[in-house]
Amino acid sequence: MQAPQSTVDPSEIAKFEAMAAEWWDPEGKFKPLHMLNPCRLDYITAQIAGEFDRNLKSSDPFAGLRILDIGCGGGLLSEPMARLGATVVGADAAERNLPVARIHAEQSGLNIDYRHTTAEALAAAGEQFDVVLNMEVVEHVADPLSYLTATRQLLKPGGLEICSTINRNPKSFAVAIIGAEVVMRWLPRGTHEWSKFITPDELYDLLQQAGLTPVDRKGFVFNPISWSWSISDRDLSVNYVTASTKPL
Amino acid sequence: MDNPEHTRILQGMKNASDILIVGGGLNGPALALAMAQTGHTVTVIDALPPGAAEAEDFDGRGYALALASQRLLNQIGVWDAVSDHAQPMLEIKVTDGHAGRGPSPFFMHFDHAEIEEGPMGYMVEDRFLRRAFNAAMQDNPRITVLREARVVAQEADATGATVTLEDGETLRGRLLVGSDGRQSGTAQRAGIKRTGWDYGQTALVCAIDHEKLHGGVAHQFFMPPGPLAILPLPGNRSSIVWSERTDTAEAIHALDDEKYLQVLRPRFGDFLGDISLAGKRFTYPLNLTVANSFVGDRLALIGDAAHGMHPIAGQGLNAGLRDVAALAEVLTGATRRGEDFGSSLVLGRYQQWRRFDTAALVAATDVFNRLFSNDNPILRLGRDVGMGIVGSLPGLRRGFVREAAGLTGDLPRLMQGKQI
Repeated sequence: MQAPQSTVDPSEIAKFEAMAAEWWDPEGKFKPLHMLNPCRLDYITAQIAGEFDRNLKSSDPFAGLRILDIGCGGGLLSEPMARLGATVVGADAAERNLPVARIHAEQSGLNIDYRHTTAEALAAAGEQFDVVLNMEVVEHVADPLSYLTATRQLLKPGGLEICSTINRNPKSFAVAIIGAEVVMRWLPRGTHEWSKFITPDELYDLLQQAGLTPVDRKGFVFNPISWSWSISDRDLSVNYVTASTKPL
Repeated sequence: MDNPEHTRILQGMKNASDILIVGGGLNGPALALAMAQTGHTVTVIDALPPGAAEAEDFDGRGYALALASQRLLNQIGVWDAVSDHAQPMLEIKVTDGHAGRGPSPFFMHFDHAEIEEGPMGYMVEDRFLRRAFNAAMQDNPRITVLREARVVAQEADATGATVTLEDGETLRGRLLVGSDGRQSGTAQRAGIKRTGWDYGQTALVCAIDHEKLHGGVAHQFFMPPGPLAILPLPGNRSSIVWSERTDTAEAIHALDDEKYLQVLRPRFGDFLGDISLAGKRFTYPLNLTVANSFVGDRLALIGDAAHGMHPIAGQGLNAGLRDVAALAEVLTGATRRGEDFGSSLVLGRYQQWRRFDTAALVAATDVFNRLFSNDNPILRLGRDVGMGIVGSLPGLRRGFVREAAGLTGDLPRLMQGKQI
């Protein structure tokens, strides 16, 4: 795979390299994301493989699929998708993330199209994808329904959207805000506003209103004994994920 | 090609594989086969010349493969070539013997019939294992084996590791694996330090031909100088592992064969009839050395390179194969998720999985040895009573049998007899 040309100002590269190293440091500031990532990837890869009849044991199983990663950050999901053979567009509204993601992809020898843009802008430009990854974004947007509608427009008919977020109940308040932000300081204070959290049923409703067909939902559960995350069929009480398809 | 940069890149491509393994013993080839099976390319760098480790005749070395290890060998396709030469271990008898005085009335008896999985393990001669590994690697298009190749330098960067061989050739991999024994050069070059203990004891290892049938029973005698194990090999032959204080062991090792046997005979009595030596005799100083980290930048350590263990319960190779199974599962899982399998993120999972198991095994082996190598009458009474209790409680006994078969703990898939 040919690494893309970096378009970053050379004087900024050192700074972005340091930021990239920080994004990708498993013990660094994004530790909670790194801990959750294998679980998210297990879910995402299994759903894509199922929907598009791909074998994850073969090489380049996602060859020919065009995947959009919304809120790509440092590229924690974009890079694995590219490594599995997909053509990947990583979009982030935070401009400073993009050179970080580009530098890391270049270091990793991966070709990923990182753009400073939003789902709405991409939809307006008529971009089309087989898969939209919409992970831990919906709880941060002002108008979830119009945002989800844009993500539906980005999908080809028969396409797949994976959407994850945080449930709204006393436990999620305790775990995601008190636990993650205040006690463990995994996330900066104010990362999440509890009132913007969405219950699984509300999300199903929103996805349907946006014109998508929800087909699956699972919980991501943190086990404080093994200090690791796992996928749960039943426990959607804090972090959870959904899969939806766009009707043909 | 007149562009030197281009030539260099092509050369690099020629010598590039997913994984570079330093060490062509048993764990390295096992990992190579496991990773090739899940679609990865592997280069094994072995310092020994071709065939050096494959003795034609029995050389006296054998392994007590736990059931879990046998399953792994089966999954990676080498068991069929070994099974005809393997002796199932059906029972283990543990006796608190005392040289010259005969065993104490308390002993423990573990029978594979107490678990449903089958024999607790198999005894296999070293030569058959090596032959099977080498044949399987040769047949595998994803595996390249370099013999008589010595690594002189290694370097890690953002995407992989580069090693330089003695002849100046360089090899590239996304991950470097050190399977080069307890004095691992791979670990040393990466600056990984080791913690070690010396027991002041030396193991004497030999194989014997004996008159009577062993019936697939393994014996472990605990005697004040150190333990003695009799492990059944195919036919009327057994492997003996016996430890003594180093000065005594060296004196015994220096004896001629007949005198050596005269020392050995009274230590386990005459239940196997007359005995004679089969193959060579070996000595191994008993020390314990554990790498302070099992991983580094683009680097993982397996087997003795990670943890050189006291071979008291034949757990050295079994623990190494458990590293192999765990590492292969972690790396393959990462590949299938699209993760960079040589990243510290992924290697951390292997470290987390194996460090804990190893610490527990090292501690248990150590305590076991100290407890049983002691002639203090109070300790002796204590362990006799303890053995009596374990021996009389079926649940506890079953636990020991499962432990001996390697079926406890967080068992990797290959050791459950499943593909990754």
